[in-house]
Amino acid sequence: MTPQIALALLLIIPMVAAVIIPIFGKSPNIREGVTFVAGLALLATVVYLCLDVAQGGRPELQMGSFAGKFEFTLKLEPLGATFAAIASSLWIVNSMFTLGYMRGNKEKNQTRFYACVAVAIAAAMGIAASANLITLFIFYEALTISTFPLVTHKGDEKAKRGGTIYALILMGTSLALLLPAIIGTYVIAGTTDFVVGGIFPEGTSLVATSLLLILFAFGIGKAALMPTHPWLPNAMVAPTPVSALLHAVAVVKAGVFTMLKVVTYTFGPSLTLATPSSTWLAWIAAISIVLASVIALRQDNLKARLAYSTVSQLSYITLGAMLAVSMGILGGGLQIVMHAWGKITLFMCAGAIYTIAHRTNISQLDGLGRTMPWVFGAFLVGAISIIGIPPLGGSWPKFFLMMGAVESGKAILIAALIASSILNIIYLVPIAVRGFMKVPANPEDDAHIAEVRKKHRWVIIPPVITAIGSLVLFFFAGGIVDFLQPILPGGGL
Amino acid sequence: MSFLELIPDWLLIHGPAFLMALPLIMAAITAILPNKRVAWASTFIVTAILTLTAFSIALYNAEVGSTLYKMGGWAPPHGISLVIDALNAPVIVLIAVMAFITVIYAMPATIAEIKPNKRAPFYAAFLLSIAGLLGMVVSGDAFNVFVFLEVSSISTYVLVAMGAARDRRALSAAYNYLILGSIGATFFVIGVGFLYMETGTLNMADMARILADMDGGSRVSKIAFGFIVIGLGLKLAMFPLHAWLPGAYAYAPTPVTAFLASTATKAALYLLLRFTFFVFDPSYTYVADVLMFVLVGLGVIGMLFASLQAIFQTDVRRMLAFSSVAQVGYMLLGVGIATTASVAAGYLHLLNHAVIKGGLFLALGAMWYRFGITRTQDFQGLGQTMPWTMGAFTILGLSLVGVPFTAGFVSKINLAEAAADAGWWWAVGIIMLTSILALIYIGRVLLMAYFQSPPEVNGNVVDRNEAPLMMLFPMWVLAIASVVIGVEAGVMVDAATRAAELLLGTG
Repeated sequence: MTPQIALALLLIIPMVAAVIIPIFGKSPNIREGVTFVAGLALLATVVYLCLDVAQGGRPELQMGSFAGKFEFTLKLEPLGATFAAIASSLWIVNSMFTLGYMRGNKEKNQTRFYACVAVAIAAAMGIAASANLITLFIFYEALTISTFPLVTHKGDEKAKRGGTIYALILMGTSLALLLPAIIGTYVIAGTTDFVVGGIFPEGTSLVATSLLLILFAFGIGKAALMPTHPWLPNAMVAPTPVSALLHAVAVVKAGVFTMLKVVTYTFGPSLTLATPSSTWLAWIAAISIVLASVIALRQDNLKARLAYSTVSQLSYITLGAMLAVSMGILGGGLQIVMHAWGKITLFMCAGAIYTIAHRTNISQLDGLGRTMPWVFGAFLVGAISIIGIPPLGGSWPKFFLMMGAVESGKAILIAALIASSILNIIYLVPIAVRGFMKVPANPEDDAHIAEVRKKHRWVIIPPVITAIGSLVLFFFAGGIVDFLQPILPGGGL
Repeated sequence: MSFLELIPDWLLIHGPAFLMALPLIMAAITAILPNKRVAWASTFIVTAILTLTAFSIALYNAEVGSTLYKMGGWAPPHGISLVIDALNAPVIVLIAVMAFITVIYAMPATIAEIKPNKRAPFYAAFLLSIAGLLGMVVSGDAFNVFVFLEVSSISTYVLVAMGAARDRRALSAAYNYLILGSIGATFFVIGVGFLYMETGTLNMADMARILADMDGGSRVSKIAFGFIVIGLGLKLAMFPLHAWLPGAYAYAPTPVTAFLASTATKAALYLLLRFTFFVFDPSYTYVADVLMFVLVGLGVIGMLFASLQAIFQTDVRRMLAFSSVAQVGYMLLGVGIATTASVAAGYLHLLNHAVIKGGLFLALGAMWYRFGITRTQDFQGLGQTMPWTMGAFTILGLSLVGVPFTAGFVSKINLAEAAADAGWWWAVGIIMLTSILALIYIGRVLLMAYFQSPPEVNGNVVDRNEAPLMMLFPMWVLAIASVVIGVEAGVMVDAATRAAELLLGTG
């Protein structure tokens, strides 16, 4: 196998799975088997590519050109490899969870569901491996379109309304802001390729780059920078596995990944730093971080609280990008990894609670931890990782971002990070505490739940796996940082 | 050139005359044909032959370069000449192809929209209009341009008025069009008259030579230029001379709207190019001033203003009509920047927009045919009730917005690039802004179609009711064409660049 073939396989494997899955629609076990086989094959491919990238390889694959001047090309670099790695690894874990959730809740149209997820993964892989903005844009839109049937899976009025807002904001921002930004970049720089250190020629007007950076920041709606965030809480009408994989990993991470990519490869850190609007955007990100946390605090619905928590956590990455210093960008890259593992744990726990106990609101969780210790334990671990307390993975990006804020001379932004961490503690930890410490409102109910629990082990194991993953990642943060260093001009730190 | 070997020599040599003579003669014959399918069949065959002829002439032109056809063997400047060159060959193909496509669509559409005893006259007027358009594009003689302009205009007034069977407002729209169109034609002929005064010839190549000798000529030629620009501006719906267009597009029979939107204004724009760059020359200060201030100024105002108006329309036909006025602004902007790349981009947008807008009006006509849809709110649930029609509408609509992989993207990015190269950064901003406005008015309709449930009639949800195949086929040909152009832009961009090089004397 050559890296080029592996690069093509990134798209081919999930697409083939998407084609085969409907064929086995009648026999669920084979159908899910296809997903797992594809997931493992994809993970193996990604690992192979990661090893190649770590040794300095930058596999490239031309797939054609269009409009006479745009190359449709894949090229993998460390940031993309990282994104591909978390998306492919969590696809497998999440498929386990999906199996338990969809069967446990007897959801309809499961075949369509699995097929759409596979297509969405293919789109995410395409985003990860895009060699230029135009290619990325195509996959970005493909991701929106392929996830729309997932968001509206239930098919009732509420799902439709949520789906409409989802598609409207993501399509609208990308077509109205991102596309003009890409065209503007092309017109000024003459290319949209991702190049270490940026592509804009010397002496580009800072007014133009300011405008473009703003267009990018709000055009990448998937990054959910306020005020483009309402699609995220609205997308929570989707079944929990969708929220877990797509709205904690693939979709939102595609957004912040694009943001990081634009800052590091299109603008380049030094130009971003020189561009006045990066400071404003850093402030908007800081406001997003705090404001979304405050809103999360006021949600009683568990998924809604997690959704706003995601909005807040995503803005960490935008903030890191807009700080435009090595520490900030590396911190953003780390946050993509750590937040993915932490947040998917929380979402899967929420899904497990819904599947086993049919509870959706935080106020109903009193004492449930005693009946479901593994789930609530995993939740606590995930929450601590999100908050950023050692020894969990989530503590590293917070540390890097604070260093980045100091390095770029905006130390005051540390206040926003600290405020958010405190808010995180207030809105996440009590959920687990409530589960363990409080007395159940209705002990008979809980006794019943304890019996059903045994049937649903496939919704309990996955969050435990990812919780352990969050812990393990704490010790590998250094490796990830080393892996990411080459994305910075001048070799990194 | 194996294809050209299949074409008889006489067709290649006499093709330019054949292009206008065939529909002209067949129009007279069609008018007296029985009012059944025969009229349609004869029109169909004529447009098929025209398409074939246009293609072979364009290919022949690409091979041998510009050709001059002398009517009756009389050499210009005394005889009448027909010219085929890189500038008009693509427009000829466009007119012929759009006519052919529209005729296929017209078969079911006319049955629904035109009374049986009016159908033969309808097709006769349609052929006459084709003859006029082709004539004004191939003619190398300024006065003949006027004659054919009137032939096409008068037949178009008739065609628009025939929409009265569907909606009485077609009559007032046709009357409006008649008055404004006649004013435009009058201005044009006055301009040509002044030019004749100045140069003593009606042959356009001759005029160009004499004007160049006189270094742009006296005040008379300046006035001539002014009259010609305003006259053609009316015909091509340059803002603010577009008042006739929304009504005419909205109330004409649907095949007429599609044909008009994709050819009539385009042919007028072709003439504007022919006169500003070929007969006159941008090196004359007054021409340069008009390009810089009138065409660019009005083009940009039109882009913004008409796009905004399109957003606030409740009638989809008027919305698309205002969008056409805005798109003309793009072409004028490209022409006004007056570099080879920008004129090529404007010219490319002329061709692309014809494909896009023609297809959109065909899809809209099919929606009227099935459900009587004219307003934006009627679009609800169309994604389910007419998935194929709506699919074509979506592709073409996104192409209008300028999404990658569509024709609209190619011309817009070329235009933006050309503007940037010329240092016109504000124009790049305007192009972006109006693309966003286009996204709003198209997105509004798409939102209705895909995110709303089909309406209920008498308590029953409307069932799926797809358009007939003869309507689906033409619109999908155009939708696929717009995607093909978006991916494989080479042929179109080359054609546009050749045209621009011819106009600006570069390359």
